[in-house]
Amino acid sequence: MDVFLDQFLNPEVLAKYAPLILKGAGVTVVLSLLVVLAGICLGALLACLRAYRINLVSFLIVIYADVFRALPPLVLILLVFFGLPNIGIVLSSFTVLFIVLTLVLAAFAEEIVWAGITSIPNGQWEAARSTGLGFTQALAYVVLPQAVRMVIPPLTNRAIAITKMTALGMVIGVPDILGQATTAQSFSANASPLTLAAVAYVVLFLPFVIASRWLEARFARPGS
Amino acid sequence: MDAILQQFFNIEIMAKAMPLVLKGLGMTLLICAVVIPLGALGGLAAALGSVSHNRLIRWSAIAFVDLFRALPPLVLLIFIYAGLPFAGIRLSPFAAVTLGFFLNNSAYFAEIFRAGLLSVPVGQTEAARSTGMTATQTLIWVTLPQAVRNVLPDLLSNVVEIVKLTSLASVVSLGEMLHAAGLVRSLTYNASPLVLAGGIYLLLLWPLIRLISHFERRIAS
Amino acid sequence: METVSNRAGTPSTATLSLRALHKSFGTFPVLNGIDLHVQRSEMVFVLGPSGSGKSTMLRCCNRLEEPDSGAIWVEGDLLTGPGVDLNKMRQRIGMVFQSFNLYPHLTALGNVTLALRRVLKMPRAEAEAEAMAALKSVGLSDRARHTPAQLSGGQQQRVAIARALALKPTVMLFDEPTSALDPELVGDVLDVMREVKEQGMTMLVVSHEMQFAREAADRVVFMDGGSIIEQGPPDRFFAAPEQERTRAFLSRMRG
Repeated sequence: MDVFLDQFLNPEVLAKYAPLILKGAGVTVVLSLLVVLAGICLGALLACLRAYRINLVSFLIVIYADVFRALPPLVLILLVFFGLPNIGIVLSSFTVLFIVLTLVLAAFAEEIVWAGITSIPNGQWEAARSTGLGFTQALAYVVLPQAVRMVIPPLTNRAIAITKMTALGMVIGVPDILGQATTAQSFSANASPLTLAAVAYVVLFLPFVIASRWLEARFARPGS
Repeated sequence: MDAILQQFFNIEIMAKAMPLVLKGLGMTLLICAVVIPLGALGGLAAALGSVSHNRLIRWSAIAFVDLFRALPPLVLLIFIYAGLPFAGIRLSPFAAVTLGFFLNNSAYFAEIFRAGLLSVPVGQTEAARSTGMTATQTLIWVTLPQAVRNVLPDLLSNVVEIVKLTSLASVVSLGEMLHAAGLVRSLTYNASPLVLAGGIYLLLLWPLIRLISHFERRIAS
Repeated sequence: METVSNRAGTPSTATLSLRALHKSFGTFPVLNGIDLHVQRSEMVFVLGPSGSGKSTMLRCCNRLEEPDSGAIWVEGDLLTGPGVDLNKMRQRIGMVFQSFNLYPHLTALGNVTLALRRVLKMPRAEAEAEAMAALKSVGLSDRARHTPAQLSGGQQQRVAIARALALKPTVMLFDEPTSALDPELVGDVLDVMREVKEQGMTMLVVSHEMQFAREAADRVVFMDGGSIIEQGPPDRFFAAPEQERTRAFLSRMRG
């Protein structure tokens, strides 16, 4: 037990590296917020674009969404981080992580919002158009507000899953929680920074996981 | 344009990387073959716990699920691989990956199975029990088949997520596909091996993703 | 078994016996001491306003609801109490539900064979032969390969009756078997129930089909507020009810 405390909850090590990991938590939080905001906005925008049913545009959106849902994010991160400098584009690891995760979340968000839009019965479109609303107005004032209800639980789940992927930044040297913790672990030769990192992630994400459970119970799931 | 082709779609380098990447693909598939059934079983057990009438079992199951849904899988994996040795537990990369992904996948499978179990009307259980079937028989023959059918798209998309997740094993130097591609990239300073690996992931997962979209549309209509 | 039933009171010779059955949901009493004895081959019809406890009583008879106190016997064997092999007992008590509760993932045949194969451990061929006979007796042998979604409500309920019949129960419980059906489909189900009775089945039926009760029942029981208010043969029950509450209920049902 003593060995365990010494190796995993060593007070000296914890005290020494807590500020670093706290700084890492700041990076994780900022990155997560940016990714969620940009990813959901881009995804919703693409889903709305798709509603206009312009063949070529819809086709390109589907290809984009499929590719970014099929590729492991870590493959994309390495590809962008190591590939782009070879053609003269140098981005910081933070920027690379932000771009990749935003594109991945947007791909999922597009599919979720699109499923929400198509779930609204045609009669709603017809009723809206019959009162003289234009296509965009019908989408904005009648269809989207109804789709939001169905879309929120799966979107929340997906947003949590993808913001958790900020931890992948460690691989390309983003100084987020996990990045700071692995560095600290190798300096201190002690596992306590990793314990601290795990706790930090649980503290950050558990409220959202519990909230998603609550949302799921509150909004009926489509199709069941 | 030429530079992009040269740096990302270099056929020569891809050909050189191919044998190693294919060997990595074998490892990727092996991890999947071990981790998907294990995770599904663990998830089913946790799901059954989370709908149990026993309060202690129910809350333990829910706590397990929420904890491992809150913890990023890479954090878990590094904790197991780099942290546990400090407690004298030294796992091989494969064992560490199996344990980490088992815990992570169980939590996600549990949420899906739980939703499926709750979607089966209580009358189904009553009808089965009224014919003298035991609780276990009722689960196997009546409740579970319907639960699985109701959440099939979610189960499939979780399988897609797990295949993608295996790429994290590269971080602990388990020689799966991304690790192999990354190795060749670092030797050639050329991103083409990564594009090759990405192409194989796409080939593997695109049919599944189309299938899921198909199921989801069928259920919605 | 003998000592247990002695402790709970001596069972009568009835096929299904309920004695001093009490049940509350929370603090709200639903059954206030029900005594009821259904004889061999008798069809007992239970009437009563909603909330009178009739469905709860029926569901106690195969312990889908647990009574708080009292005892139930099937052919002299105690159903309530510790150490009872509930699954064994339930094979002897067929149940038909208001909402059919057919298994949607199985065909009509699969619905009927499931308990035969998993509970009675019959080999597949034998179970299917038994199931086909049961489906034939409800007039649906040509629908054996259909799934519930491909059947009308009336056909679904008849498959549900076949599912219960196939286990060759001693007694069958019907919980509002026609109230989820479109009016034009009710007749088929009632015809099947009449047929089941003519085969000598002991039946306890909760339903609002007054005309059917008049024609087919051996005895009508009226429940209100968790108690049996009165009972008797249908002729007398409908022509000259003794209790004020029964008269009020019947006049309301007649409109």
